[in-house]
Amino acid sequence: MKILTERMEAHRTDSHTIERYEATGGYTALRKGLLELGAEAVAAEVKASNLRGRGGANFPAGVKWGFLAPAKPAYLVVNGDESEPGTFKDRQLLERDPHQLVEGVILSSFALDVHHAFIYIRGEYPKPARRLQDAVDEAYEKGYLGSDILGSGFDLDVTIHLGGGAYICGEESALLNSLEGRRGEPRIKPPFPAIEGLYSKPTIVNNVETLSNVPWIVNNGGVAYARIGPDTSAGTRMISLSGHVENPGNYEIVMGMPWREIIYGLGGGIPGGRELKAWIPGGSSAPWFVPAEHLDVPATIDDTDSNGSMMGSGAIIVMDDSTDMVKAAHRIVRFYSHESCGQCTPCREGTTWLERILYRIVSGQGRHADIELLLDISDGISPGLTWPPLMTTICPLGPSATAPVVSLMQYFRHEVEAMIGDDDG
Amino acid sequence: MKEVVLTAKEATAIEGWSKPSQQRSVEILSRYPDKRSAVMPLLYISMIENGYVTEDGMRQVGLLTGLSPAQVQSVASFYTMYKREPIGDYLVGVCTSISCFLLGADDVLAAIEDESGVPDGESGGDGTFSIEHVECNGACGGAPVVLVNWEMIEGVTPEKARELVRWLRDGRPDVVNTEEMQRLFGGKRAFDWGVKEPVGAILPVPAFGPYGSVGGEAT
Repeated sequence: MKILTERMEAHRTDSHTIERYEATGGYTALRKGLLELGAEAVAAEVKASNLRGRGGANFPAGVKWGFLAPAKPAYLVVNGDESEPGTFKDRQLLERDPHQLVEGVILSSFALDVHHAFIYIRGEYPKPARRLQDAVDEAYEKGYLGSDILGSGFDLDVTIHLGGGAYICGEESALLNSLEGRRGEPRIKPPFPAIEGLYSKPTIVNNVETLSNVPWIVNNGGVAYARIGPDTSAGTRMISLSGHVENPGNYEIVMGMPWREIIYGLGGGIPGGRELKAWIPGGSSAPWFVPAEHLDVPATIDDTDSNGSMMGSGAIIVMDDSTDMVKAAHRIVRFYSHESCGQCTPCREGTTWLERILYRIVSGQGRHADIELLLDISDGISPGLTWPPLMTTICPLGPSATAPVVSLMQYFRHEVEAMIGDDDG
Repeated sequence: MKEVVLTAKEATAIEGWSKPSQQRSVEILSRYPDKRSAVMPLLYISMIENGYVTEDGMRQVGLLTGLSPAQVQSVASFYTMYKREPIGDYLVGVCTSISCFLLGADDVLAAIEDESGVPDGESGGDGTFSIEHVECNGACGGAPVVLVNWEMIEGVTPEKARELVRWLRDGRPDVVNTEEMQRLFGGKRAFDWGVKEPVGAILPVPAFGPYGSVGGEAT
């Protein structure tokens, strides 16, 4: 079952062009939505689909839409700041089927009574941004954007905005600050963006993949989408496989297959005859899974969550038995330390110290007391080190940095102790 | 999109910029309900005009967006892609985040530092290279990845990375193009990219048409 990638797989050279898009059913959902269904019915289909946000938080998109306050103007902002390490699905959707997203944006704006939508693309994605700008320009030329779209009386402008290289702008309120021309620092919530978002107006922020599903949902009905896959993990979703796996890449799957099938089936197993040591099931901020405990857990949002991790952004990072887990944890923590926006003390200081102490250990200068110190600092960022994590911070970036530390100590503490050796100071 | 006409003061602020950059600045301002939102795109245009984010550039962007230079600096300093010191013609970035790390990115970075003679985080004396390790660039299935002026090459080995450095130093291409660099120096890619795209980057600024940083067909 393919929804998002059907066109790009069937038409490998030109799936991004408007000619191919229109020749394969593109913009029929737009006609149906604008000219037959009406705004409320489009919103109702999305709600009925049980589509959950694909940016990482997995919040039901239709429910989020329902929170939009009545004040006008309202805005739709598309989150294309794909930056969670291991994640590269939105890049493929943007490059290979940009019109699918544009049609989803128009339909969603129509449903939400929005007349100006923004698509925020991370600055490091110039090629996806070029493809998307071409698609937006073509949509204007064809009358799918601009004023009185298809004679429906509905007007919509779309602005593409390039980021400047900051992971934190994937957090929706930081993204809105960035789009307003400010530092990308997350806002204290409430108020949520649906009440006070861009320019303090009601704003819905949805991920690229989330909105790319909307044309199919409008064409086929929300109920048909909800029937795909397990009840609370409806539809297909993109997963990004990387690391020590024979066939890395993006795969569109129906959720529910066990992790074993993802790694050994889709992924083709571990290269070089090596053994699987651990994997990260949902982006580098997710706690790790290990073969002894998790290979037969179904890859659904809820089953992954109840086993102490998350499907997050759908990024699966596979590590074989040659991996130095202390170095891997250090590398992940270094990322969060670099990307901390600096607003909240527990995150700014905590991620910095986690990185420094892990660096001390991988440099051969570790002390045995460092193990408890790392856990203590982590506890200061995310009290109790529970799952899902509690926070002492405005946004989840800080707690994300504790996941690799906790997983390292939970499954590979012996490797940390061996690396520290007899050098106890 | 709304009509934007620059005031005399605003127009004077950027009269030293090329005509296309002046036109693009007006067009960028017309795309947002609030001109402050144009800060980030205009900072990229200022980098095209001034080589990097200079103090003059921040004043110019501030005049166009109604912000003080300090406010513009607060934005420019937050984002890593705004370079506030002179940089080389080729900004070579090596992703060293987790997926690339697992597949040998540190060795690729070391090879690039060694071949270019420029350490990570610095620019070379002759203005050819700036070298930096970067965080995840979203092509993890094609790890390890290297970026030249934000145009990507996937599946790079240390040996190919050395060849890339020599190719840039000796050939000094005006436009760096993903397809060409991928063919010469790349390996396995994250996914099938479809039709080849002839354009590329002319500067260490993301090559995006509305900012004017896109170069024509590479040789």
